[in-house]
Amino acid sequence: MASRIRPGNGQVFESEKPTLMSKSKEHLAKALAETGYVADEGLATALVLTDMLSRPLLLEGEAGVGKTEVAKALANLEETDLIRLQCYEGLDRSDAIYEWNYQRQLLAIKAREGSGADADAVEEAVFSEKYLLERPLLAAIRQEKPPVLLIDEIDRADEEFEAFLLEILSDYQVSIPELGTVPATSIPRVVLTSNGTRELSDALRRRCLYHYVDYPAPDREARILLSRVDGLDAALALQIAELMGNLRKEDLNKVPGVAETIDWAAALLGLGVKKLHDSRDLVFDTLVCVLKTREDQAKVTREVTDRLLGKVA
Amino acid sequence: MSTLRLETHEDVGAVLRERLAGFVRTLRDNGFKVGLAETRDALQLIRTTLVKHPKSLKAAYRCLFCGRQSDWKRFDELFDAYWLERGLKTGVKVTGSSPKKGMKTIRELMDAQGTKQETLAGDVERQPGEEDEDSDDTPTGRREGASIAENLGQVDFRNMQDPDALEKAHDLAERLARAMRVRLTRRDRQRRKGPRLDLRKTIRHSIAHGGTPIELIRKGPRHRQLRLVILLDASGSMNNYTSVFTRFVHGMLDNFREAEAFLFHTRLVHVSSALSERDAARALDRMGLMAQGIGGGTKIGEALADFNRWHAARVIHSRTCVIILSDGYDTGDPAALGEEMKRLRRRCKRIVWLNPLIGCEGYEPTAGGMQAALPHVDLFAPAHNLDSLAALEPYLAEL
Repeated sequence: MASRIRPGNGQVFESEKPTLMSKSKEHLAKALAETGYVADEGLATALVLTDMLSRPLLLEGEAGVGKTEVAKALANLEETDLIRLQCYEGLDRSDAIYEWNYQRQLLAIKAREGSGADADAVEEAVFSEKYLLERPLLAAIRQEKPPVLLIDEIDRADEEFEAFLLEILSDYQVSIPELGTVPATSIPRVVLTSNGTRELSDALRRRCLYHYVDYPAPDREARILLSRVDGLDAALALQIAELMGNLRKEDLNKVPGVAETIDWAAALLGLGVKKLHDSRDLVFDTLVCVLKTREDQAKVTREVTDRLLGKVA
Repeated sequence: MSTLRLETHEDVGAVLRERLAGFVRTLRDNGFKVGLAETRDALQLIRTTLVKHPKSLKAAYRCLFCGRQSDWKRFDELFDAYWLERGLKTGVKVTGSSPKKGMKTIRELMDAQGTKQETLAGDVERQPGEEDEDSDDTPTGRREGASIAENLGQVDFRNMQDPDALEKAHDLAERLARAMRVRLTRRDRQRRKGPRLDLRKTIRHSIAHGGTPIELIRKGPRHRQLRLVILLDASGSMNNYTSVFTRFVHGMLDNFREAEAFLFHTRLVHVSSALSERDAARALDRMGLMAQGIGGGTKIGEALADFNRWHAARVIHSRTCVIILSDGYDTGDPAALGEEMKRLRRRCKRIVWLNPLIGCEGYEPTAGGMQAALPHVDLFAPAHNLDSLAALEPYLAEL
């Protein structure tokens, strides 16, 4: 029997988890790259630490820098399930942890009414596993193989939700009054993401490891492009990444993220662009892939595009 | 032999522990929220093979100790200063440092304003009820007498020096805040077909009827707070009002958990953290320290541009009401102000511009900045006395 992880008792536990994570961060970065996620060194360290200290990882950063992708890549890497809880305003226990299947319970009670069954037995039957609806948080702690639990955009949820999330993240158990306490069969790797639309509580921040995800540097963005867009030329990828780096420094309403870069690269590739400087018109016309508001499109004129192109080697 | 080795090993451990404790203290002094659990984990990390090199130790500790972006940005510097003993470049706090001298605090400003008011009492516009008792040579006379209290609501803040009056302004702000609290969520507005059933409660109640759900319980509306963002002008032209408005804003922040306050003159300062102090006097002191240089000129356009660029995405969402407290006298470019107002308008639910000058007779919003801003303002209201603030209540409550 594998010893259950008891977070908070000061043990850096030696887990029986897959071996990839217990390797060094260089290995991890390489393994992540194979799944299509190009991690920087800091992020690889953070991921190794989440495993060593069994703390959740809080990723903060602008929209579109690839926070959610981290969790997906991690799940891919571990060949385990990704359980995702998308947060929104008004998210509550019954949507996040568990709910009884009331309709079925009512039916079951009705069906047994005539049979003269013992009331206690009916109650026992009705409040059993069969009638329990698992929601993401409960599902995550009841997997055989530790899954990756992605709690996306935690800043959109209410503060009350944050409080009981904190409870689950520290004890890894859920108490259901009718059933008793459900302990974790495995401890999920937890990744939280936040766009910073609301200030998170200090308690939650303290509980988590923190990593700030910035827009990737041009060489890293180029590597991301190469891993995501098939058939893209390395030189073109670097050119695109450099141009994007400069474009992000412009005063834009909505700064384009990595997803936009990938779209744009695919568009340029599809149009047969070999070198940005040779097809200035196409570059200008396809900027709709990255500029998503009217003001931004008005701001990045042909002259601005030419100036940006001038900075690209 | 083995015992000897063990001892030296433990000595090294003790030294390290002490150094680490010192580091944690430094972090706490710099506003990092670091608990015992983090220190413990940090100790464990030292013992692992992960950390053989200062660079990876730094990366690991950064993950562990940082809680927010501002921590993240400062961490490297603190780490280098402590462990690698490199000099500090920018404002890192050393324990026990005293606040800088020579800054103008808001309280000083309030005091200064008090004396100025008294010497200039003759210029001050008279209020009904104070005419007979009040004369130029007995300025203190204005502070007493029942007739004053009755008319407090109409007294222009310029003329209000009484602590009681300020206290009342505070109370009023609280009432205002309460009225604005209740709000239905998006989900509730979706419920065109009637409220959702609360099955858990319905079943519980059906026990009395042998399991037949006769009584249907529905989910009640969720009460939601409205978010307020207050931008307070603290320039020289607003001197007469700054003190009472800061109290008013402090009252707002007391009651709203979701409220942010900014102060601006020639630049923009985020003062929410100072105002979260419960004691009003201390809150104002802290705010005064943060908002160095108040009482100067105003560049509303630039302040708003700063706000739009650095803060708006974080503090504004669709249920936000932005309140600007300013007289609209702007030394910046009116066109720029108009542009920034337009950007702000698109982000938030509503913009309220409170202008104390509206209370003055014959005031027309002719100042260039005010003209440029007006088209984007949803409510342009006076804010020169308590009654005018109270009149806002119904308007803001229905947001």
